[in-house]
Amino acid sequence: MSTSHLTDKINQAMAQGRKAVMPYLPAGYPTKDAFWKHIEDLDAAGADIIEVGVPFSDPVADGPVVEQAALCCLEQGVTLGWILEELTQRRSAIQAGIVLMGYMNPFLQYGIPKLALDAAQAGVNGLIIADLPLEESDEIRNVLQEQGIALIPLVGLNSSMERLRMHADKAAGFVYFVSVMGTTGVRDALPEELRNALIQARQSFSIPLALGFGLHSPAQLQGVETVVDGVVMGSALIRHLDATGKVGDFLVPWMIAR
Amino acid sequence: MKKGYFGDFGGRFAPELLMPPLLELEEAMERIMAGEAFQRELTELLTHFVGRPTALYHCANLSREVGFGVWLKREDLAHTGAHKINNTVGQALLAKHMGKTKLVAETGAGQHGVATATAAALLGLECIVYMGAEDVVRQAHNVQRMELLGATVRPVESGSRTLKDAINAAMRHWIAEQAATHYCLGSAVGPHPFPLLVRELQAVIGREALAQFQERTGKLPDRVVACVGGGSNAIGMFHAFVPHEQVALIGVEAAGDGSPGCCHSATLSTGTPGVLHGTMTKLLQTIEGQILPSHSLAPGLDYPGVGPEHAHLQALGRAEYVCVTDDQALAGFMRLARAEGILPALESSHALAYVLGLSGTLPVTVDVIVCLSGRGDKDLEIVRQALVKREG
Ligand SMILES: Cc1ncc(COP(=O)(O)O)c(C=O)c1O
Repeated sequence: MSTSHLTDKINQAMAQGRKAVMPYLPAGYPTKDAFWKHIEDLDAAGADIIEVGVPFSDPVADGPVVEQAALCCLEQGVTLGWILEELTQRRSAIQAGIVLMGYMNPFLQYGIPKLALDAAQAGVNGLIIADLPLEESDEIRNVLQEQGIALIPLVGLNSSMERLRMHADKAAGFVYFVSVMGTTGVRDALPEELRNALIQARQSFSIPLALGFGLHSPAQLQGVETVVDGVVMGSALIRHLDATGKVGDFLVPWMIAR
Repeated sequence: MKKGYFGDFGGRFAPELLMPPLLELEEAMERIMAGEAFQRELTELLTHFVGRPTALYHCANLSREVGFGVWLKREDLAHTGAHKINNTVGQALLAKHMGKTKLVAETGAGQHGVATATAAALLGLECIVYMGAEDVVRQAHNVQRMELLGATVRPVESGSRTLKDAINAAMRHWIAEQAATHYCLGSAVGPHPFPLLVRELQAVIGREALAQFQERTGKLPDRVVACVGGGSNAIGMFHAFVPHEQVALIGVEAAGDGSPGCCHSATLSTGTPGVLHGTMTKLLQTIEGQILPSHSLAPGLDYPGVGPEHAHLQALGRAEYVCVTDDQALAGFMRLARAEGILPALESSHALAYVLGLSGTLPVTVDVIVCLSGRGDKDLEIVRQALVKREG
């Protein structure tokens, strides 16, 4: 059983009778300066955990909206070093938990031991690595854990009971349940088999369960609302930001969803 | 060695959602592919459909010119005109035995796309091929072939619009459609078990070459040379020779236009270790770990990564990797055409150009086998344009 800060954040939201709200935004989107303003706004609007995307040139788990946004960040020269430096300066003003979400190679090139130290210094609470499956994750998990950073597992509709159990032995913070068989990106309908899969996952883990990929409206949660403790919104938030220039108001309907 | 690794390289850095199909494939390799019935069926297809064994040709004219023995393993004579067909027939057969009904593939030069479309048609599977939009233009002829074979070609507009982006797209497709679909990966790259699977299916090249050469000469060749994009023809060629330490193994990478700072494709010669497309290997990348664009005149070599087993052979010092520029490859192309009446693929022309560059430096008793991985018909337009540019 983990005592992660992220677990606490989600439990606090649940205690208020709502789901933890976890917006995702690629670091440096749409510009390096505007990004931190948007993070402040998301925080002020009550985001429980903010997922900061670490842009990568070849994001295989992402759909077109997130990919485009990540490439835009790279064009502006966003690096992991920049993200961690900026975060170190600004962390004390941010209430929300902070999770970095990215791909293996940029983390690897930064150096995993240095990453663990610098991320801890910057107040990062967790890491999600989209192309790091359970089998390859032990070394990194241990190095991160020594600095109090949780490696968040991703599971999905095709995760067997056996794999869920293997994950459960190691999971910390929360479990990220990928709602669809596919990449990130807004979907109208979530798959029918999702409810049963979520119930299975819920039974396997003692830490909270967050749902992500494809979410754009609380109405989508109908039928699974009792099984999910948190929600992650990425593509829909980016689209909202592109259309309105703001992020805070995007969270409003989610803040009251039970 | 850790499972799925070649020394420090390899592994399985893929989204968790791809683990079930990767484990399913690994299990099928061990259970189905290793079986006698499968091997018999595969040998039948390789013999009567693919046209194996392919010839081992002694280039009498070129050998006289360079002063040592030059031999070609003629994968250009295999059905569809390149070594790629060995891999796709094997994977398609395995997919069929696994109960899959669809193949998804990526292609750069279009050769792997054509080979996948061909195997799919033969075995009654549906076929979708992702191809960088840039390559769709460069290799229009192969796009037409794929479509005539019944495949759907999907141009990829994201990123650098070449092979690496086509692989991203194919992996995304596979994540979503894994139940009925096998991802027929075209080179010895990707997450475990692909580098092993592709090597096993291409190893027939080197096994044949070794036996053919010994039968003709009673000895082992001194050097074995192959071009390296992802490295499937090279690992297929090398594998049987790896235990014979007296045989030098040389992989030839593409150096593009050769100018410093230019994006090229010589991953093993100039890259650094990192993770791309599910595997730990050497990559063309920035110090921050972003993948750099690559470039080669030969679309099939235009990839910023390389198969992990090659990175391992290089680290061991068992194989050596060198690079050759666009211009040198073009000269190799012309020279083989005129000297021996064979139009090689531009990819293979890189391997050939390296060997021609050894002209006059080796004793006459030395024998070098070059893997002629494919024929040049697909490249006629690129060659024409390059010649026009050179003369203009
Ligand atoms: C004729 C030919 N040779 C070589 C290659 C490079 O692939 P690999 O390095 O996997 O053999 C290609 C790829 O398309 C090809 O078409």
